[in-house]
Amino acid sequence: MFGPLIGRPGSSKKNKTGSWRTGKKPKFLKKNCIACRMCVLFCPEGCISGKEKNTFDCNYAYCKGCGICASICPKKDIDMVDEGEKI
Amino acid sequence: MRKFLEGSEAIAEIIKLCKPAVISAYPITPQTHIVENLATMVSNGELSAQFVNVESEHSAASVVLGSSATGVRVYTATSSQGLFLMAEVVFNIAGMRLPVVMTCANRAISGPINIWNDQQDSISLRDSGWLQLFAENLQEAVDFHLLAYKIAEDKKFMLPVMVCMDGFILTHGVETVDIPSETDVNKFLPVYDAPYKLDINKPLSLGCLADPDYYMETRFAIQKTFDEILDEMPKITKEFEDIFGRSYGNLIEEYKTKDADKVIVALGSVCGTIKDVVDEARKKGQKWGVLKIMSYRPFPKELIFKALRDIPRVAVVDKAVSLGSLAPLYSEIKALFANRKKSPKTISSFILGLGGRDISKDSIKEIFRKLSVKELDGEFIDLKPELLTGGAL
Repeated sequence: MFGPLIGRPGSSKKNKTGSWRTGKKPKFLKKNCIACRMCVLFCPEGCISGKEKNTFDCNYAYCKGCGICASICPKKDIDMVDEGEKI
Repeated sequence: MRKFLEGSEAIAEIIKLCKPAVISAYPITPQTHIVENLATMVSNGELSAQFVNVESEHSAASVVLGSSATGVRVYTATSSQGLFLMAEVVFNIAGMRLPVVMTCANRAISGPINIWNDQQDSISLRDSGWLQLFAENLQEAVDFHLLAYKIAEDKKFMLPVMVCMDGFILTHGVETVDIPSETDVNKFLPVYDAPYKLDINKPLSLGCLADPDYYMETRFAIQKTFDEILDEMPKITKEFEDIFGRSYGNLIEEYKTKDADKVIVALGSVCGTIKDVVDEARKKGQKWGVLKIMSYRPFPKELIFKALRDIPRVAVVDKAVSLGSLAPLYSEIKALFANRKKSPKTISSFILGLGGRDISKDSIKEIFRKLSVKELDGEFIDLKPELLTGGAL
């Protein structure tokens, strides 16, 4: 007899972890970005993308609002703002 | 072919015939000779396998877990502290339903450090979801590895198996062993065909998170699978007998118990010593017997109940302790007779051979002698009271 054993790959995308945010979300200011990609590399959700300077954004459907991107950004070009703020 | 071999050599020989694709192990006394022999076989080309050297038992267990998940046959061996370092991976291997086969060269647990034999190591991992087969002699140890792969890799079961053999007594003991032919082994053990495996062309995730909505069913399924294995055991051992000529029935042996008034229940090599004592006693007209349990997990409850229900006096010997409670094997045997109409008059518990304390025929005779009095709960045999003091120093 077998219980639940095997997961389908990619199923984590079904879990919209953006609902876990409590109060704060990152705002990509797109002013002093040097495209160092530190925010992309450090994001534990892998939900930040972008290529050129000042083009980086996160997918709010998955962003948990941990603030690591804002903390790691060497140019202080990401702010943690209130959830209600329009971006 | 019958060969005169050291236990560890015999195990290496049979593992070679089982053709694992990956072997990973970290040396620990008294398991060392097994993997040393296998490493030699791999390096001189006798055995085509990946022998992965690792920095610890935790890594060895992880390597065989990962390798098994890719759908190939794997092997590891350990003992004592090594098994404990593997412990979290050991539970994962069973939970992930991977057919890993491991030899545990049974050895005492620290501290104080002790490299000699008792069965505390594997007994302590009895709840891990692994089958545990205990061998009395080298032939059984060899044969149980064949049964181990047969059961583990059965698509209905998919559970890991630990073959337990008493350290030094069996691993370093030399006996005549029948090592089967490659043709017969191939007949009994076809190439492993994994029902699920890691494959980049058909991706799947193994070892996922199971939240409270899913976890309990994984445990229930393993519990039921153990019952299914017990049901199928006679069929598996019959197939073994048809090919190799040796019969293991339901993996319990009732040795001269039918008319016995005193029976000792035991696991492993001590059964040989008890049989010698029984044979001598029978010549003097004493009706003694032995119930040898080869399959500790799954625990053949009903068969043990039937084997013991008409015996007036039963002794359960443990080469392990559950400190602070009843001895491990004893508590399970005792529980079988709770609220049953038929039961032995007394079921007594004896602990012996811890940390390699020699078990002589006299030790066994003392147990039989003590069976004529009231029920005994955890009597230590061959204890040296002169080593015990009331104060810390």
